[in-house]
Amino acid sequence: MVLHGIMDENCEVAFQREVAGGVFLLGIKSHAIAGKAAPGQFVMVRVRNSLSPLLRRPFSICGVVDGIIVLLYMVVGEGTEILSGTLPGQRISVLGPLGNGFRLPSGIKRIFLVGGGMGIAPLLFLAGRIEPGHAVFMAGYRSSEKAVPIKDLGLPCPGIQLATEDGSEGVRGLVTDLLELRIREDNIEDPVVFACGPVPMLRRVSSLCLELGIPCQISLEAHMACGLGACQGCAVPGSKDSGKVFFHVCKDGPVFDAGMISWGEL
Amino acid sequence: MNAPDLSVELGGLFLKNPVIAASGTFGYGEEFSPLIDINRLGGLVVKGISLKPRAGNSPPRVVETPCGMLNAIGLANIGLDAFIKDKLPKLLKLSTAIIVNIYGHSLPEYGELAGSLKGIPGIAALEVNISCPNVDCGGMAFGTDPDMSARVTDAVAAKADRPVIVKLSPNVTDIRVIARAVEKAGADAISLINTLTGMAVDIEKRAPVLGNVSGGLSGPAIKPVALHMVYQVARSVRIPVIGMGGIMNYRDALEFIMAGASAVQIGTANFVNPGATIDIIEGLYGYCREKRIGRLVDLVGSISLPGRGKKDLMV
Repeated sequence: MVLHGIMDENCEVAFQREVAGGVFLLGIKSHAIAGKAAPGQFVMVRVRNSLSPLLRRPFSICGVVDGIIVLLYMVVGEGTEILSGTLPGQRISVLGPLGNGFRLPSGIKRIFLVGGGMGIAPLLFLAGRIEPGHAVFMAGYRSSEKAVPIKDLGLPCPGIQLATEDGSEGVRGLVTDLLELRIREDNIEDPVVFACGPVPMLRRVSSLCLELGIPCQISLEAHMACGLGACQGCAVPGSKDSGKVFFHVCKDGPVFDAGMISWGEL
Repeated sequence: MNAPDLSVELGGLFLKNPVIAASGTFGYGEEFSPLIDINRLGGLVVKGISLKPRAGNSPPRVVETPCGMLNAIGLANIGLDAFIKDKLPKLLKLSTAIIVNIYGHSLPEYGELAGSLKGIPGIAALEVNISCPNVDCGGMAFGTDPDMSARVTDAVAAKADRPVIVKLSPNVTDIRVIARAVEKAGADAISLINTLTGMAVDIEKRAPVLGNVSGGLSGPAIKPVALHMVYQVARSVRIPVIGMGGIMNYRDALEFIMAGASAVQIGTANFVNPGATIDIIEGLYGYCREKRIGRLVDLVGSISLPGRGKKDLMV
């Protein structure tokens, strides 16, 4: 677990651009945070220096390029609306890197990266650390309008399999259907699954992997105030096997083995 | 001019400066150690400790509100034994006043907690939580009744061998009545305010946002309310008052000090700016230097009141 080496830095915005409907790619200059960040970790961003909105917002790190932390986010409320108006050259306060990050297994395995919506962000960072040819990246969206053109992001990018719920791009259906098709039909040795996205999607991925005995790490999000383990606001229910009533997403996670979470209660 | 003297004494508790990290916002100290030098703080109040471990409330536990936040953590904590064994040794290596916040379900439990912490060297003071709005029994139920507040204070003071601070709830009709009751029962100092009870509704789900339905409101949104209560209590008791409620910077801290607080606690600000406590200490030094104030204690309760003579004013 990476805990020490957390920094609170007033960073200059390097770039900000809308890459899909209401979806933004934000680059923030910080050699220090970028140098320490590992796939699966997150940062807490103060969208502006004022009392409203008061709290920082957590964002998964989507990648690091030349001392720049790259974030991918959708405008969903007041905080992200303000953030999307931040221009290159302006400064914002960034706390990080936070959380535990993904654990990549050693040896050659078949790695499935399964992202729903903005859940692709931490998986893109992880994909960049996997040797080409070993990873299958599956991305799911409601429709093509929200689909992020991953190839144009300027990040290391694997081959993408796309699913949209309305069939407007890629395969019609859920990204979990795509995953199920692949891991049930193909006779794959030692598959590993990494997933991030909405809770119903993660619940499905987890139950599928637990049923088939496939190792699965999922990245969760939660309402949180501090990101440091102090407020204990970001509790998620632990499974019976975990021996814990609650985990805290910021410090115990955001990445968990699928079997550690009580999916029925989440 | 010599460096300004920020030190304060609170009913037998000596602090090098009046800036204390508030309970529940600073964990057990270690969470902030990568970011700031905790030894610079006047004091640190640890997350409330109960006799037995508590898992806390169902999520969601926090939600942002205008200039503030609601929390319903439910006093999640590792319990007294684990605290003494796992957390306290590390805390006592720090050169800041370690204040242990205690919370019981019953009068005997409060007494037992105070008794179990007796004789442990290094604990600077106890802070008694009679004001948590987020648990079913006890907590605020004690703190909203003057008689029960006094009995809890007495139960702790009878067993404690170091200063006892009682933390008051603002969710009462007249906080001065509670303040006088705990003073009479043996409190060495009073801290206020705990959070104000509040609620948020998710209009998409037609459901409360918080798993606990209600929560405690904190942050700058409550500062004017907190400030007035600190002002009222400071004029109603002889024991020192520790002010808190939405303090974000040294100017806010000075408002509380001038209204009558001998020290301040910093809570929600730690979440927004992990360096808030340090910034506030530096800001207080800067203010004293600029205004040529030798001792910060000279500012405590120093506001001058308009017109009529102070005695006639309603507090």
